Amino acid sequence: MDYEPVIGLEVHAQLLTDTKIFCGCSTKFGEEPNSNTCPICIGLPGVLPVLNRKVVEYAMRMAMATHCRINERNTFARKNYFYPDLPKGYQISQYDHPLAEMGYVDVEINGGKKRIGITRIHMEEDAGKLIHDEEQPLSYVDLNRAGVPLIEIVSEPDMRSPEEGAAYLRRLHEILVYLEICDGNMEEGSFRCDANVSLRPKGREKFGTRAELKNMNSFRNVQRALEYEIVRQRGVLEKGGVVVQETRLWDDYQGITHSMRGKEEAHDYRYFPDPDLVDLSISKAWIEEIATTIPELPMEKRKRFVGEYGIPPYDAGVLTTSRALADFYEKVAELCGNPKIASNWVMGDFLAYLNENKLEVSESPVKPEALADMINLIDNGTISGKIAKEVFEAMWKSGKHPQDIIEKKGLKQMADAGELEKVVDDVLTANPKQIKQYKAGKEQLFGYFVGQTMKATEGKANPQIVNDILKKKLSE
Amino acid sequence: MDITRLTIHELTELLREGATTSIEITESVFKKIEAVEERVNAYITLTKDEAFKMAEKADKDIREGKAGALSGIPVAVKDNMCMKGVKTTCGSHILENFIPPYDATVVRKLKEAGAVITGKTNLDEFAMGSSTETSYFGVTRNPWDLERVPGGSSGGSAAAVASDECIAALGSDTGGSIRQPAAHCGVVGMKPTYGRISRYGLVAFASSLDQIGPITKDVEDCAIMMNGIAGYDANESTSVPEKVSDYRAFVSRDIEGWTVGIPKEYFIEGIDPEVLSSVNNAIKTMEALGAECREISLPHTEYCVAIYYIIAPSEASSNLARYDGVRYGFRQKGEEDLLDMYKTTRSSGFGAEVKRRIMIGTYALSSGYYDAYYKKASQVRMLLRNDFDEAFRTCDIILTPTTPTPAFTIGEKMDDPLQMYLSDIFTLSTNLAGVPGIVVPCGYTEGGLPIAVQFMASHFEEGKLIQAASAFEKNAGFARRRPEL
Ligand SMILES: [Zn+2]
Repeated sequence: MDYEPVIGLEVHAQLLTDTKIFCGCSTKFGEEPNSNTCPICIGLPGVLPVLNRKVVEYAMRMAMATHCRINERNTFARKNYFYPDLPKGYQISQYDHPLAEMGYVDVEINGGKKRIGITRIHMEEDAGKLIHDEEQPLSYVDLNRAGVPLIEIVSEPDMRSPEEGAAYLRRLHEILVYLEICDGNMEEGSFRCDANVSLRPKGREKFGTRAELKNMNSFRNVQRALEYEIVRQRGVLEKGGVVVQETRLWDDYQGITHSMRGKEEAHDYRYFPDPDLVDLSISKAWIEEIATTIPELPMEKRKRFVGEYGIPPYDAGVLTTSRALADFYEKVAELCGNPKIASNWVMGDFLAYLNENKLEVSESPVKPEALADMINLIDNGTISGKIAKEVFEAMWKSGKHPQDIIEKKGLKQMADAGELEKVVDDVLTANPKQIKQYKAGKEQLFGYFVGQTMKATEGKANPQIVNDILKKKLSE
Repeated sequence: MDITRLTIHELTELLREGATTSIEITESVFKKIEAVEERVNAYITLTKDEAFKMAEKADKDIREGKAGALSGIPVAVKDNMCMKGVKTTCGSHILENFIPPYDATVVRKLKEAGAVITGKTNLDEFAMGSSTETSYFGVTRNPWDLERVPGGSSGGSAAAVASDECIAALGSDTGGSIRQPAAHCGVVGMKPTYGRISRYGLVAFASSLDQIGPITKDVEDCAIMMNGIAGYDANESTSVPEKVSDYRAFVSRDIEGWTVGIPKEYFIEGIDPEVLSSVNNAIKTMEALGAECREISLPHTEYCVAIYYIIAPSEASSNLARYDGVRYGFRQKGEEDLLDMYKTTRSSGFGAEVKRRIMIGTYALSSGYYDAYYKKASQVRMLLRNDFDEAFRTCDIILTPTTPTPAFTIGEKMDDPLQMYLSDIFTLSTNLAGVPGIVVPCGYTEGGLPIAVQFMASHFEEGKLIQAASAFEKNAGFARRRPEL
């Protein structure tokens, strides 16, 4: 039988607010354990939560960027369960009246477009972290992360392949990062994903029994885990077995998922409205105010780059991977008036240097103005494209303006025909044998003469003029 | 003269005149504690050293003309409110050695007003009870009859005020926990409007019902304490930014022409005849003061006990989840694994009544039962609230008995939780509706046990309660009686 996978994803994204969701502690990552804590986030007796307004605004941005309906009435609920990283014995989350519902994102898959529904987005607090002693049977609790704000984004079961799952995740990720509400760091856990997967015979409407996959901390692992799980479930079904509803953990090392043996399923979270928090009402005016803070999103930006700058969709994709890079590119393109060359330089040398030095766009020693000037100098023939690479390297190292570098290093292109003719003459005089062969029909030697001329001018010769002179001289 | 018998306003007058000092008052109070505490057991922890430091500071402030509303006055605090550096046990084994690193907002306000904090008073474990018998630190005895309970859960605070082991005290009231013990101990107790006094630092029992309030020797003291502790607190989301009146200004106003509602549902069969006749006399006193007493109906009253014993345990089951032995408080040693640690810590750390309520609450919130219990109870709670809104459209205040019987004997109801729960039958409704209530002595049984009348008012009308209670107090003739210990 032919089976079709049905996939839904739950994403937890840490919001980039300075302080936690219900207290004033810092959200900074990587601090000394339990240093970013206070009586409230460690759940001392008697403390009470007060909602951080920024959290709501950041979450609203995501809701709007994913076309969700923002609920006027929001309530917070307690999700009750015991675990040592959960100081109060309950997590403050949202249940009955979440922030937003019924949204979607469009993803590009195999050249086509697919719309993935978003069931809901809600706000909640993160738990702490357990650190296990490797030598003795002891565990420590670090509560720095307890109370860090999260949004949970729950998709509809709309995805039909691991590729679609991965494409959806990438899409959410880039939106969150574009909105500057999440740093998207999967290794540090700022962007986490759980997946629900089931199989059903193709053509049947009813869903099969699903397994919930956890512990996948990269896009690649999400895709691998989904692939593995689909194969596993198909195997079970084909042997006439039944898929068990359970939580399965992805084991990155072995490349398999394994059952948590139904432990999780026994949970009854006993959700009820948190009596310590009043209903939050979100006015139209507030929504309108937040709407003005939403930037152009990557998909729209890509479309505009292709249309406005005439660059290929692939280039537009690379240039819009981050808002900073896209802004950098646009500035260069506008200043130099040559978007295509600008795209080549930004995607090429600029990105290569950034990656090599592990720098953010904002940390680059080469600013858009300088790069645009350099492109202008290529355009007007002051330097050749080849020399430009050397100039760019010098700009990167010194942070200096291209004009200064060209002057100081004498890299200005030789475009004086008379001067170049003398160089060509010298080259030809030094290579009588090659002239003979060329004239005998070995025309590919033309390139050799160009190369020798360039070499003699340390690459400064204008290649077009050299070509013209050589053609004339060799046909004499 | 035994200055411990005086009220806040009387002592403040003496302090102002220079006739006494806070040190002198504090010494007298600690002498009284030494003399009677062994018999009463009102306190879990005494903060004698801190108290004398505060007294010294108060005397200095008074000398320098910087006195606050409570400067130099010895005040006891129920042991479920956090005080920085002082054990806060909630009457529980599980928090036996817990020392909070912060002050509850009310404790901070007491300190800022110049009060001298004498110690932390006994209570039913986590404020769950009506007799102060479920405390891990032993039962508190009623100063009027040491064989009887003081009521609860703020039994320690009420007994301390009644036996002059402090001048005033703070209690907390979730279903009657200030008013019922105040009634049993012959003192004044008020549960303010929900949101009127900050809960920040009050160890939660049932968050939507808990409210801190004063227990005092007379109504004027109640007003003075309210002036000191009421008001909005940005640390609490359910705190209400409503204007705070000068409650003391209501003390000597008359109630001529007021309408007093007498809800028929509160005059049920089974009320002790002495209680009933005292309350009927209170109605007559109100009429003599020029108020019109009129029978009214609060039709959803019969559901109060049922709603309360779903909502309060549900919230408690979640509020008490943090006592897991992981970060602070008691942990049972010798655990085999995590689950075992939770089980042994919580089963030996909590007493029977707390565990009973955690189980009831956990059940009521369980999937499949939530709609039938918690959700339904919340809906009926709204109806009950509407009853009060309706009543206060035509009444200035409502008058009811406080308890069905006077203080019962120690052990009498410990094996019968249902009987115990019914002792709060007249006080639960104000917590469920969020409205304020005050109790004032209105008589004594033949055996000499105090009886109290309860007044209720609409949200944020504590001023009206002070006005009515003070007018009543001045004319009923039961003020200032003290037990002989
Ligand atoms: Zn904190």
